[in-house]
Amino acid sequence: MNRYERAWLIFAVLMVAAFLGIIAYFNFAAGLKPPHDVEVIDPLRVSQDPRFSQPRVEEVEPGKRYNIYMVARMWSYYPREIQVPRGAEVRFYITSPDVQHGFQVVGTNVQANVIPGYVTVIDARFEKPGEYLIVCNEYCGRGHHFMRAKLRVTEGY
Amino acid sequence: MREKRLILLGFLVSYAALGAGALFGMLQVLERVPGVKLVSSETYYTALTAHGVLMALVFTTFFIMSLATYVVLRELGMRQTFSPGMSTLAYALVTLGTLMAALPILTGRASVLYTFYPPMKASPLFYIGATVLVVGTWVFGANLLLTVRQWRRSGNSGVKLPLGVFGVVSTLIIWYIATIGVAAEMLLQLIPWSLGLVDRVDPLLARNLFWYFGHPLVYFWLLPAYIVWYTVLPRMLGVRVFSDFLARVVFVLFILFSTPVGYHHQFMDPGISTEWKFLHTITTFAVFLPSMITAFTVTATMEMGARLRGGRGLLGWIRALPWGDPAFSAIALAMVFFAFGGAGGAVNAGNNLNYVVHNTAWVPGHLHLTVGSAVALTFMGVSYLLLPALTGRRLHSRRMAQVQVALWGAGMLLFSGAMHILGVLGSPRRTYDVTFGGHPATQGWTPLLVAAAAGGVLLLLSVLLFLYNVGRTLRGAPAGEEQEAQEQVRQPSPAGAPGLVDNLGLFTAIALLLVLVAYTLPTLDILSLGSPGAPPVPMD
Repeated sequence: MNRYERAWLIFAVLMVAAFLGIIAYFNFAAGLKPPHDVEVIDPLRVSQDPRFSQPRVEEVEPGKRYNIYMVARMWSYYPREIQVPRGAEVRFYITSPDVQHGFQVVGTNVQANVIPGYVTVIDARFEKPGEYLIVCNEYCGRGHHFMRAKLRVTEGY
Repeated sequence: MREKRLILLGFLVSYAALGAGALFGMLQVLERVPGVKLVSSETYYTALTAHGVLMALVFTTFFIMSLATYVVLRELGMRQTFSPGMSTLAYALVTLGTLMAALPILTGRASVLYTFYPPMKASPLFYIGATVLVVGTWVFGANLLLTVRQWRRSGNSGVKLPLGVFGVVSTLIIWYIATIGVAAEMLLQLIPWSLGLVDRVDPLLARNLFWYFGHPLVYFWLLPAYIVWYTVLPRMLGVRVFSDFLARVVFVLFILFSTPVGYHHQFMDPGISTEWKFLHTITTFAVFLPSMITAFTVTATMEMGARLRGGRGLLGWIRALPWGDPAFSAIALAMVFFAFGGAGGAVNAGNNLNYVVHNTAWVPGHLHLTVGSAVALTFMGVSYLLLPALTGRRLHSRRMAQVQVALWGAGMLLFSGAMHILGVLGSPRRTYDVTFGGHPATQGWTPLLVAAAAGGVLLLLSVLLFLYNVGRTLRGAPAGEEQEAQEQVRQPSPAGAPGLVDNLGLFTAIALLLVLVAYTLPTLDILSLGSPGAPPVPMD
């Protein structure tokens, strides 16, 4: 093997190893994990689940912890507007009674797929106050582009 | 070559798909410019489905079938495949499947995009047509493998496969392993469900099976481009590939790592644990290595060719490359785009970086660099050699071909560049209208959407120029270029006995083992969660 070729190969292997090391660190040590919850739900009985019969923001610990129960359906989110204080630990529970949807808070790294039959759980914390746009980023039919919601992050509790 | 007509016909069908796909593509980029409304959202998603299916499945499959058949016959020095009848049957089945799927797509009864995620339900004809297409490719692959066996049995048992044929066989191995997933999805889930024989399917299981197939599908597209880079490019430059051994290692690494990687498309899915997602992150990064080796090998090969042509200096040799040859410039540009595509791919593959770009405009930006440039531009470039070789007619216009390549380069730079930035800014993909009621978060997107549209127009112009050139070539005057062009696509027979790297049976077995490790337990996990599944939501 040519020596330049060998050097290049070593460089490539080291680079991949470094990438994987960084990803592993953030995944396992810093807790920056993609969704991984495994709760199932009958998509035809979403409205009979107490969390999703009344989609809402639930204050678990005022100013500190909030649970958001959200239904994503063709072509809207419920609730359509959410408000949480900055810095609070926010946990989204989202499910769909019809087709697959996406959930993306534009301008942040908060997003996930919503798959009928499953409950998507996302943990987030919003440090910057303001009004965020939530969009569906998984094609869900001819009204897909109407599907959006607002997230208001307030200055304080 | 007895199957010349069939091979040529396959190329022509692929060009037709490319032309129609490009028209639908331009419609989409124009439609997404704020304030422009040309068609209804139903039509937009019909066109989006047609664009994806035509480009990703029809253009690629027909081109690859013809290219692979040509490479195998040329490099093995054979006059026909094992069974020209099987060859004809394969093309007929792929055509039939395409027509069956095209009917519901074009009449708006299958606007489910080329990923067809349930529980959106298309007309059953769409799923059945897609399945027939895949069955056709199985017949095609079997015929080529039998052709290689026939060659082996006629006194070539102790000889290495020529590199191009080695690449074709590797591509077919990947294809057979990959299509198990989509066949299972179609036969066990979508076809019976769309016919009303079962009430529900589990959409997560369907995604699992789809991406088991969907990622190696990209290597089914990419490896034929690699075959061109490894075999045609050196011939064009009058040199041998820098390292025949490492080229084979590259194909073997693709056999090993192309399939157990599907979860990097499903990082954002619920129902799959972090550990499995991380395992697929590792295997996905492993696929980075063969492309890094390729970057070295093709660059070194080009440098050898350039120095032979009198190129001097550390980088000055680049100027000595045959830039005036449209086939060369297309392939070289394809490789440059692929380098950027690879870098972006590392972002997609990162378990915890992925959620910045997942399902945003970044993703189509990325795949237009890879399949839309590395593959498509290579296919167009090599067409400028293959058409004269197959028809014995002179290429109508080299200058027009040069302009075509330049237009593709400029168009893709604009389109893909803008789409990557849009993605980072959070603009979703696959969406008819991204103004979202004029929300302030979308305001920075407008100039980029305009740039993407301008790129799309240039890309369509490039395709039209390509098609015009092809059409004129077919009806043009015969010329003595056939011999020369044929020489360029023929790799000299390799010397030496097969080594460990040539033991494709062994590597197929290891690949299957890796697939079992990467998929058995998480698939059982999904089944054991016992999701009741979802009833169909008709899109027709």
